[in-house]
Amino acid sequence: MEEKIVRRGPVGRFFHWLGKDLKEIGATFAEGDLKTKLSFLIMGYGQLLRGQVVRGLTMFLLQVASLYFIFGFGWQYFSKLPTLGTVETAKINRVTVYGDNSFLILLYGLLTVVVIALLIFLWRVNVRQNREAEKRLARGKRLASNAEDLRSLLDKNFDKTLLALPVLGIFVFTVLPIIFMICIAFTNYDVNHQSPARLFTWVGLENFKAIFGLGGQEGFGNTFFYVLGWTLVWAFFATFLTYFLGMAVAILINKKGIKLKKLWRTVLVMTIAVPQFVSLLYVGKMFAVDGLVNAYLLKWGWIQTAIPFWTNATYARILIIVINLWIGIPYTMLIVTGLLMNIPAELYESARIDGANPLQTFWYITLPYMLFVTGPFLLTQFIGNLNNFNVIFLLNQGNPKSMSLTNNAGATDLLVTWLYKMTINDSNYKIAAVIGIMVFLVTAIISLVVYNTMPSVKDEEGFQ
Amino acid sequence: MARKRKIGNAVCYAILIIMSIIWLFPFVALVLQSFRGESGGMVNYLVPKQWSLANYQFLFSDSCKYVRWYTNTLIIALAVTVLQTMVIICVSYALSRMRFSGRKALMNIWLVLGMFPGFLTMICLYFLLKQMGLTEDGAVPGLILISVASSGMGYYVCKGYFDSMPRSLDEAAILDGATRAQILTKMIIPLSKPIIIYTALVAFMAPWCDYIFASYVAFGHENGYNVAVSMTRWVWTNDYQGYFTRFCAGGILVAIPVTILFMCLQKYYVEGVTGGATKG
Repeated sequence: MEEKIVRRGPVGRFFHWLGKDLKEIGATFAEGDLKTKLSFLIMGYGQLLRGQVVRGLTMFLLQVASLYFIFGFGWQYFSKLPTLGTVETAKINRVTVYGDNSFLILLYGLLTVVVIALLIFLWRVNVRQNREAEKRLARGKRLASNAEDLRSLLDKNFDKTLLALPVLGIFVFTVLPIIFMICIAFTNYDVNHQSPARLFTWVGLENFKAIFGLGGQEGFGNTFFYVLGWTLVWAFFATFLTYFLGMAVAILINKKGIKLKKLWRTVLVMTIAVPQFVSLLYVGKMFAVDGLVNAYLLKWGWIQTAIPFWTNATYARILIIVINLWIGIPYTMLIVTGLLMNIPAELYESARIDGANPLQTFWYITLPYMLFVTGPFLLTQFIGNLNNFNVIFLLNQGNPKSMSLTNNAGATDLLVTWLYKMTINDSNYKIAAVIGIMVFLVTAIISLVVYNTMPSVKDEEGFQ
Repeated sequence: MARKRKIGNAVCYAILIIMSIIWLFPFVALVLQSFRGESGGMVNYLVPKQWSLANYQFLFSDSCKYVRWYTNTLIIALAVTVLQTMVIICVSYALSRMRFSGRKALMNIWLVLGMFPGFLTMICLYFLLKQMGLTEDGAVPGLILISVASSGMGYYVCKGYFDSMPRSLDEAAILDGATRAQILTKMIIPLSKPIIIYTALVAFMAPWCDYIFASYVAFGHENGYNVAVSMTRWVWTNDYQGYFTRFCAGGILVAIPVTILFMCLQKYYVEGVTGGATKG
C-alpha cells in the first residue's frame, strides 16, 4: 500500500494526532464489549473484571481521588479564576469578614486545571488498556497477571518507579510555582493588592508595558534596560576573563620545570572549598571605606582619603569583576588542567619541530581545542553568571543606589538581585514576575543561538 | 637556552607566589581576626595586639544560638546529601539506560524549567511551605524538602557518566535474567563510585552557602536559621563592629570541616566538573 506523504507543521501534526486518537477512542467504544463500555464511565471497571485487580483498582482509586479533589475542593477556586475573586475582605462591626483570597484562587485554580488535565490523560490510558486487553484476549493470549504487573515495576517499567517521586516533586515545587508566577506577571499583585486583605486581578500586558517604558509608569523602562545592560556586560566579563585567565594559570602550572604543581593548585582551590558566604562577606568588608585595604593604603600614605570602592558605581563594578576572578579562576583552572592532558602530545611535538614559539602553539593548538571541548561549559558559565546572585549580593547587595533608578535598583544589580529585592523589600510581585520572565527569555535566546552554532554538540547516543 | 629557561621559570615562580599570596590573604586575615581580643570592626592592622579566644567562647555561650544554627545546617546538609544523591541516581539511571515514551520531552521540559531564575518562585514556595507548617522555627525540614524536591533536574553530570558505560553490560545482565532494578543496584551503582561521591559532595556543600532562600523561610525566627543566614546578619547588622570578630570565628568553624572534606575528595570533584564541562 502506498502511503501519502503529507508535510505538516507542528499545529497540523497535533490536530492530525488528535483526530486519529479520537477515532481510536470511538472505535474502542463501538467495538468494545460491555466491560469496556462501562470503563468509559467507571475507570478500571474492565480491568478489574478481567482479573487485572492491581490496574483496575489503581485506575478506580485515582479517578475517585481526582474527582473528589476537583469537586470537593478545587471547584470553588477554579470557578473564580476569570476574576480572581470579587468579594473583598471587610471589617463589619469590628469583626473581620474574610472575602475571596486572590492568591489562593490563582494557586488552587491552576492546580485544579492540572488535575483535570491529568484525569483526562489517565482516562485515555484507561481506555487504551481496555482496548489492548480486548485485542489480546481476541487473539487467544493471556493477560498479564497482577504479580507480573507489580514485578514489571522493577523491570520493564522500572523507569516509572524511579521517576514517579522526582517528577512529582518537580511538579509541586517547580512547575506549579513557575506557572503561578507567570500568571502573576499578568495581574496587579503588589503591595497595594496583597491578599488576603485585598484582591488582585488580571491586568493583561500592563506590567510588560511598564517594564519597557510604555504606559509612562514610574520610569521603569530606563531602570530595566540599565540593569539588563549591566547584567549582560557582567556576564560577558565574568565568563570570558575568568576563562582565559584561568586557562593561562592552568598552562603556567602545567609548564615543564615548574615544581610543586599540586601545592599551587591546592592553594587556588581554597576559594572553591570555603563556603562563599564566609569568603565573600569578608572580602567585601575588606574593600569597605573602613576596611583593611583602605586602612593599609592610608597607613602607608599612598592615598589621602579612603577610596569609595563600594559607593562609586564604576569602582564597584570593576571591583566586583576583579573579585569574581578570585572565585572563578581556580574553577576554570581545574577543568582546563584535566583537559590539557587530553591534547595529543604529537601535535605539540610537530609544532616544536616546525619552529613554532609557545605563543603560536597556544594560539593554533591549545586554544582551538579548548574552545571546541569546553563550548558547553562556557555556555553554562555564561548563564550561571547571568544569575550569579551570591557574588553580587554578598559583596555589596547591588549597591550603590542611584536617584535615576527606580525600585531600589543599584548600579551593580543584576536582574535576579533586583528581582529578589523587589520581592523581599517592596512586595512588588507583579514586576518581579515580569523580570523573571525576561531573565528566562534572555537565557533561552542565548542558549538557543549558542547551542545551534556550537560544533561540539554531538549526538547523545553517539557516546554509548 | 638553559639560561633563558631559567629566567622563564623564575618569572613563573614569581607569578605563582604572588598569586598564592593574593589567594590566601583573605583566609589568613580571617583566621587572625578571629583571635583578635580588641573589639571593633575592620582595623588597620593584621596581627591582633591581644590574642584571645573570647570570640570562640562567645559562640558557645548561652547568649548565642550558634550551636543550634550549626546543627541546623549540618542536619540540612546531611539529609540533602543522602536524599538528593538518591534522587539523582534514580533519575540519571532512568534517563540514561531506559528508553520510554516521553523521555525526550521530559528532558526538554526540565531544560526549559531550568532557565527560569530560582528566586522567581520564592513567594509561592514560601506559601506552600507555610501551608505545611515548615517555615519560621520549623524551617529546617522545609529547606530539606525544597532542595530535594527539585534536585531531579540536576542529573546532567551523573547521566553523562552513566552514558559512558557500555550498553552491552546491561544487555548481558538482562540475558542472565537480571531485572532492571538489579542492574541498577548490583552493577551500575558499584561501578559509579566517583560520580556518586561527586554528587554527594556537591549536595553537601550547597546548604552551607544557602543564604537567600533560608533567610526568607526562617523569616526572622532565630531557631530556624542556618549558619549562612545568622553570620550574614551579623555582618549586615548596624552594630557590625561589635560582631565582626565573632563573625570571623563563626566563619572559620564552618569553613574548616567543609574545606577539609573538599580537599580530601577533590579528585572526585575535578573528575565530575571536567566531565560535566565537556558533555554539557
